[in-house]
Amino acid sequence: MTAIRNQPWLWSFLGAGLVWLAAILFTHGTGAGGMLTAALALAVFTVVVGIGQMFVITLGPGNVDLSLPANIGLASAVSMTVMNGSDGRIAIGLLAALGCGLAIGIANYLLIRALRIPPIIATLSASFIIQSIDISYGRGLQIKPPPGFADFANAEILGVPVLAILTVLFSVAAAIALRRTVYGRSALAIGQNMRAARFAGLRVERIRAVTYALCGTLGGLDGALLAGYFRGANVDIGNEYLLASIAVVVIGGTSVAGGKANVPGIWGAALFLVLLLTMLNTFGVSSGVRLLATGLIIVAVIAAAGGERERR
Amino acid sequence: MTALASPRAMRALLPALSLVLVLAGIAWLNPRAISYFGFSLMLNLAVPIALATVAQMFVIAGNDLDLSIGPFIGFTGCIAATWLNDTPLLGAAMLLGCIAVYAALGALIALRNLPSIVVTLGMSFVWQGLAILLLPKPGGAAPDWLQALMSVKPPLLPFPVLAALVIAAAAWFGLMRTSYGAVLRGSGGNPAAVARAGWSLLAIKMALFALAGLFGVLSGLALIGITTSADANIGNGYTLLSIAGVILGGGEFVGGVVSPVGAVIGALTLALAASPLLTFLRIPPDWQVGANGAILIIVLAARARIGRRSEP
Repeated sequence: MTAIRNQPWLWSFLGAGLVWLAAILFTHGTGAGGMLTAALALAVFTVVVGIGQMFVITLGPGNVDLSLPANIGLASAVSMTVMNGSDGRIAIGLLAALGCGLAIGIANYLLIRALRIPPIIATLSASFIIQSIDISYGRGLQIKPPPGFADFANAEILGVPVLAILTVLFSVAAAIALRRTVYGRSALAIGQNMRAARFAGLRVERIRAVTYALCGTLGGLDGALLAGYFRGANVDIGNEYLLASIAVVVIGGTSVAGGKANVPGIWGAALFLVLLLTMLNTFGVSSGVRLLATGLIIVAVIAAAGGERERR
Repeated sequence: MTALASPRAMRALLPALSLVLVLAGIAWLNPRAISYFGFSLMLNLAVPIALATVAQMFVIAGNDLDLSIGPFIGFTGCIAATWLNDTPLLGAAMLLGCIAVYAALGALIALRNLPSIVVTLGMSFVWQGLAILLLPKPGGAAPDWLQALMSVKPPLLPFPVLAALVIAAAAWFGLMRTSYGAVLRGSGGNPAAVARAGWSLLAIKMALFALAGLFGVLSGLALIGITTSADANIGNGYTLLSIAGVILGGGEFVGGVVSPVGAVIGALTLALAASPLLTFLRIPPDWQVGANGAILIIVLAARARIGRRSEP
């Protein structure tokens, strides 16, 4: 029983469930299923970047990728331009988005490694530059996804979004990678104690490089998927994913101090955040109240979960 | 002896050197800009940026990061353009209340050992929401005394330069020359030692955040004094600018290593490089943010090179 209660991801799913109940109580049960479908579809985008951010944060204090919003914005524009509205070019467009994200991830790591800049500042500076590239590149572009890609991003099977199913499969793979592979275990070890990991003979720098590259690639993928789902790319499409990607990682039970990660919690936290917005929309509150409530609830949840005392 | 001292001296001089380089660039491109009137214009927005940077510096001194300072400045600006103008007493009480909220955030972060990044990201939504509730559409009016203060034309030195000197001197004296200032910085360097010496880490964290709140409020006031009316989104860019300013000015993310004078110089460099220099170079404004990122990377790269040479 305590073993179950100690699972950090349980709370985020519980919170998601409560928020959903509050929303359907308000509507007297109408639209309960539709709400879940929409929540699953929207949660996908947070989960994809959340998993990338989780691996980065797991590397230890100070490791966080602040360039995700700019990355998503640029990749969405690049992929839509490459696809150029034609169904035959979907695969190349997706590859372009992945490549764009991968390049950003590698650039982030090179800044951290070669210039010895703290990751927060490195990814922040990179995001400044990416933003400018995006503004300059995306100016005046009215880019629509090919119909096939938009349909795919919005497709459902029995009320379950196809993207959500694929993302669940990906999450399972990420959880296995975290727990059962040399890569995942090395990332956790580095987060627990980088010096010890180095002395133990782990290839610390290679793992860090892979992690930032992975996070960047996932950001790129997210950009393409978002542009498909919302049927268009724009510069600001990724803006909300800075807070969202970090918040779902922390609410989901991953330690900000690094070395302890949790994949299921990301799903719970992402559903919680999306359903929270759905609930506030159902209540019909103004955008000011919605922002205020979202912020207060995030702070309250973080405060209730509490940080960890220093180990050692 | 000199060989040992020189890398450290160069590190300390780096912020000033980058400011001189930017100034030299401007002087070379447009000699007429180097005048009383030219500086008054070019450094128009430098005062709020410098105040925001000093606010961020207090938070960074305690090994935290404030990702909400921009929206906070926007919100205090909205208060300044509405309540402070219509009912000055109520407005002043609101601003004091804002500082109290900042102190309370510091307490929350210290008591629950929370990651400041997530708490302040959540708070950024709260401030933004409050600002939109207070001022749904751009408008309001700055109090006359505030407008008068921000357009003072002192003899010899343009107002922004004079204000920057005063801000730098005040922050330098408070943080670097008083005994409690040393304790505040010590809490970032070695919290355990500071706690064993009998200081309350809770009180220190509250003091650091209250100071950040105070300078945030001053930044909001200065900003509204210049723009004369407010907008709920007016401060949003200041979060990243303030972090960049602190780091550019020689601050480090960990260890309580900050430099008040450097931070103000960093803010001036960013203010000058972001728009006047680019305008004179005929670079489109799309690249403004990117230029900030590039400057940050260049300066940090230079710093890393100096640091590496100083190692045996």
